[in-house]
Amino acid sequence: MLEWQFTLLLLSNGVLIGLMYALIALGFVLVYKATDAVNFAQGEFVMIAGFVVAGCLGVWGVPLWLAVPLALGSMVAFGFVLERVMLRKLIGRPVIAVVMATIGLASILRGIGPFTIFSGTKPLPLPVSDEPFVLGPLFIPPIQLTGGLISLAFLAGFSWFFLKSRNGVAMRAVADNQQVAMAMGIDVERYFGLAWAMTGVVSALGGILWGNMLGVDVNLALVGFKVFPVVILGGLDSIPGAIIGGLIVGIVENVAAGYVDPYVGGGTKDFAPYVLMILALMIRPYGIFGKRIIERI
Amino acid sequence: MIHRECGVLKTTYEADMALYPLPIARWTVGVLAVLFFLVVPMTVHEYYLSLANLVWIAIIGALGLNILVGYTGQVSIGHGAFMSVGAYTAANLATRLGSPWPVNLLAGGLMAALVGAVVGIPSLRIKGLYLAIATLAGQLIIEWTINHVTFISGGVQASIEVARPRVGPMVLSTQRDMYYFLLVFVGLAIVGTLNLMRSRIGRAFIAIRDHDIAAELIGINIFRYKLLAFAISSFYAGVTGVLYTYFLGIANYEQFQITVSIDYLAMIIIGGLGSVLGSIFGAIFVTLLPIGIRYAMEAFGGVFFSPQTVLNLIPNLRLMLFGALIILFLVVEPDGLNRLWRNIRNYFRVWPFAY
Repeated sequence: MLEWQFTLLLLSNGVLIGLMYALIALGFVLVYKATDAVNFAQGEFVMIAGFVVAGCLGVWGVPLWLAVPLALGSMVAFGFVLERVMLRKLIGRPVIAVVMATIGLASILRGIGPFTIFSGTKPLPLPVSDEPFVLGPLFIPPIQLTGGLISLAFLAGFSWFFLKSRNGVAMRAVADNQQVAMAMGIDVERYFGLAWAMTGVVSALGGILWGNMLGVDVNLALVGFKVFPVVILGGLDSIPGAIIGGLIVGIVENVAAGYVDPYVGGGTKDFAPYVLMILALMIRPYGIFGKRIIERI
Repeated sequence: MIHRECGVLKTTYEADMALYPLPIARWTVGVLAVLFFLVVPMTVHEYYLSLANLVWIAIIGALGLNILVGYTGQVSIGHGAFMSVGAYTAANLATRLGSPWPVNLLAGGLMAALVGAVVGIPSLRIKGLYLAIATLAGQLIIEWTINHVTFISGGVQASIEVARPRVGPMVLSTQRDMYYFLLVFVGLAIVGTLNLMRSRIGRAFIAIRDHDIAAELIGINIFRYKLLAFAISSFYAGVTGVLYTYFLGIANYEQFQITVSIDYLAMIIIGGLGSVLGSIFGAIFVTLLPIGIRYAMEAFGGVFFSPQTVLNLIPNLRLMLFGALIILFLVVEPDGLNRLWRNIRNYFRVWPFAY
């Protein structure tokens, strides 16, 4: 294979994987944007959604057209309950409280598998063929293409929601200043719940797509670690930032893996995004599209 | 401590800041020292001493992390990696140069302090959540480096065997020997932290935690003190790593992964942020929790599950209980076990009278 073809292949894979990262990062951004809370359990959300779908398909024999809405519904309910039971109590507390609470939640979700029906890896079959599309030098796996398209659709949808719809505008007001929003008659708590439910929807889709690619077990949650470089690069509260960050991370990790792995013996994929992230934190900590915070005493 | 503090009337700042708040406190400390140095090691079985040793190591690490998170207000999810830096520094020195343990201990601590200060550099521009993510990246990068650079990790399994430490002619080989060895460092760490927090440096840390811009305005050099907090805290972490390496007899990166960082954060949250006693309670609690779960599951797990599933469930039950406890403490009692202990003590302060 020629050199430029190899590079092009790495780039195209990077773009598609990056869009799928962006989908998961979107869940993180939605919550941070609306509620100022961070979700260190984003990967575990994806994993749980994968559990639900794979359980429906493989164990209870529910057809796919029913399993997907079931997963979406249960994740929405999960988001609402979580906000009501845990996160509402932590409003106004230091950052470490929310960080540790979501880490604790991640720990619970990781342990829950074997107590239900889950031990070992389960497949999550989707009606998408395994044969890659061949476009000149490019091999595009259909599942990644589907994932990329779904990500783009959702990102466009959420952009519209925040810019134009009444709920979206209210949510932006809540994100900007909770007290003023409350004074203007916005039900702040309702929008907090809504933000977590939206994260649930995004995580459910992420769980279905990534679960199909990787198989469903506890390691599916490791996808969540990739969220941090994506959101730091793009900006924690920016939806276009999630796409751009996802694309950068996807491309960088694929190109780095393609060119550096032969020399260091693997693992560059998990390493390069974090180096990039540290650089971003040093140079532009609020990200490419993030809101710059000015602090007063 | 355990004594009752009634009729305390302090009239000077010196009296309020003293290491021993009351004359009776000396007696309490003396009794505790006799208990742990003489009574416990003479009477308790070797297995329980090995548990105590794990607790001692955890206490040192938790104290160090509490200096950074509890007192200075800088979040770090990278302490497991700082421990591994200390551990591998000591292990490499011990095997390559054959240097004695005091040199290794100090070198491990200092190396971890250096790496910790470097990881802490972003704290000058970013804070809170961003800092948490930056230290998380530090953890993953250090882990990867140790794993992939054979000069550090010593080859395939990334583990280096270390000889038992020797004091004079005596080789510390049994758990009882290690118990004394570790207890000395626990004592040093506790007194060191208490005194640090009474000093100018400790007050500066607390000022930075409460409001860093205000602290800068009253003349605290934030750059210096934030890096100092990272360095001191990582020094404790490095020492923890070295001691753990000597305790196990082997340095292995798997002992210092991100779960360890989270364990230590859980210790100080469950114990109580910004308190020495809280770090101790938290370290004891989190270290003994999995052992308690194992006993409970072996005793009662058979009632609900088959013996094979019980074995599978134990680590998962630990994860779930652990997460649930973190959330419970954060929501219900943010000041942790230390607060519960203070409530009990305040109740008994004037007991048996109502007030």
